[in-house]
Amino acid sequence: MSGISRRGLFTASGGLLLAGCDQLASPGKLKSIVQSAEGASMRWQRLIGRDGLAQEFSAADLSPSFKVNGTHEPKEAEYQQHKAENFANWKLAITGLVNNPMSLSLAELRTMPARTQITRHDCVEGWSAIGQWTGVQLGLLLKAANMKTNARYVVFRCADNYGGELSKGGAQSTSLYYESIDLVDAFHPQTILAHSMNGAPLSVGHGAPVRMRIERQLGYKQAKYVMGIDVVSSLAGYGSGKGGYWEDRGYEWYAGI
Amino acid sequence: MASSATSDDMAAGPAPSPAPSYLFHRHALAVRVTHWINALAILFLIGTGLNIFNAHPSLYWGQYGADDDDARRWLEIGSDDTPAGQPYGFVRIGSLTVQTTGFLGISNGATGQPQAIAYPSWATFPSYRDLASARNFHFFFAWVLIINGLLYLGYSLASGHIRKDLLPRLKELSVSNIVHDIVQHAKLKFPKGEEAKRYHILQKLAYGGVIFVLVPGIILTGLGMSPGTNAAWPWILDLFGGRPSSRSIHWVFANLIILFIIVHLLMVVLAGPFNEIRSMITGKFRVDPEVTK
Repeated sequence: MSGISRRGLFTASGGLLLAGCDQLASPGKLKSIVQSAEGASMRWQRLIGRDGLAQEFSAADLSPSFKVNGTHEPKEAEYQQHKAENFANWKLAITGLVNNPMSLSLAELRTMPARTQITRHDCVEGWSAIGQWTGVQLGLLLKAANMKTNARYVVFRCADNYGGELSKGGAQSTSLYYESIDLVDAFHPQTILAHSMNGAPLSVGHGAPVRMRIERQLGYKQAKYVMGIDVVSSLAGYGSGKGGYWEDRGYEWYAGI
Repeated sequence: MASSATSDDMAAGPAPSPAPSYLFHRHALAVRVTHWINALAILFLIGTGLNIFNAHPSLYWGQYGADDDDARRWLEIGSDDTPAGQPYGFVRIGSLTVQTTGFLGISNGATGQPQAIAYPSWATFPSYRDLASARNFHFFFAWVLIINGLLYLGYSLASGHIRKDLLPRLKELSVSNIVHDIVQHAKLKFPKGEEAKRYHILQKLAYGGVIFVLVPGIILTGLGMSPGTNAAWPWILDLFGGRPSSRSIHWVFANLIILFIIVHLLMVVLAGPFNEIRSMITGKFRVDPEVTK
């Protein structure tokens, strides 16, 4: 018989144990060791299938309803104006380490050679949806822009200010969404700037006027509302320098797993 | 596990027995080291896995599956309100719904306040929603599990550990022998003397099942969820029938591994925790003589 109940003691010690465990996940040496697994996973996947293609499905496999995730509609005035004009004055800028900077209208993108692919979109949360995407291969645009020799990454600047969601750990600090990939994925044949989905122009929910499809990586790499493409030698200078909105918030830059 | 059954391992009082107890070298160093690395890795993989599951606590079958795909969802852990407005947690499998308030769907968080979350904070790592950290740790310990597992397999094949200690003999697989072992376990009668030095059929089946079915299966189904691996090795999803199916099997195998761990620990406790745990640390296992009455 004691003043403190066994259950209370158990809960208290359990709480201490949990707090101790949680300490392991805080930034520090251990965390940086744990995060080294990302490099191992990336090198391994490049070793076993640098040129592998993501599975392509048939129209019969399409998800009856493709979940809209992340930003549903950017609130920013610039985007709203483009939307009101049906993206007639929207231009995609390709700048940075290129000898031939480009500025392409949606109409121009739509008349360029396109690739259509029915692929599976895998959210980091765990769900999957199958959709059909049509757009210009990024590699084609990068060749036309004529990259400089020190180019290493391609950064996608987006229109939406984003603030996180519950499933990924609750509200996050707000900032403009962005993403980046290296040149292996940039020149992968299935990496396209999709302007159409399931045979129709891309909807606002899914990233109008264009979104990225980088089919061997998770959903958060598939940047929506792309406004500009920067060819760079380093990811420093964008957000916290980790190469993407979610990467700056702890997620792997290499999202092939 | 399960062998010596003295109730008090610490007391080394000499029993009035013709053959005294003695220490037997039971587990090789390589087995002991890989066992504990494996135990640490699996502990983190389970805690982080449950945290990852909490980000989307539904399972589907086939090539796709998301919020609206009710026809493909076969399991959901969630919460809802009763008609009276009382929140409750539930597990839904097919059309069967079981209320699990306090454990699954709704449970008390670290602060003691009820929260709507699939797996409770005490079961997940970190204890709060943190998909990013959970993934970092999950993939790190997945590498540990794979490398450690390959070292174990290499040693065990080369040394004959698998062939001599784990592979069931044909006569051990007879129904009568299996029934006999089940009865002995149910009576909590664990082998003594020479019989305590080797694994019995239930142990062989349990260890073999984990080593050759569950762990390889959970690694393959884990890889089946990786879009990069899917592109390089499409045969994995050909085998499991789609990423949502692979995720479902991953979850089922994880539950079977949790079940194995519970039974494994229970058997260690019942068979004499001091002797059992010592044998997996120092390798030395005390063999007691058969009691003749």
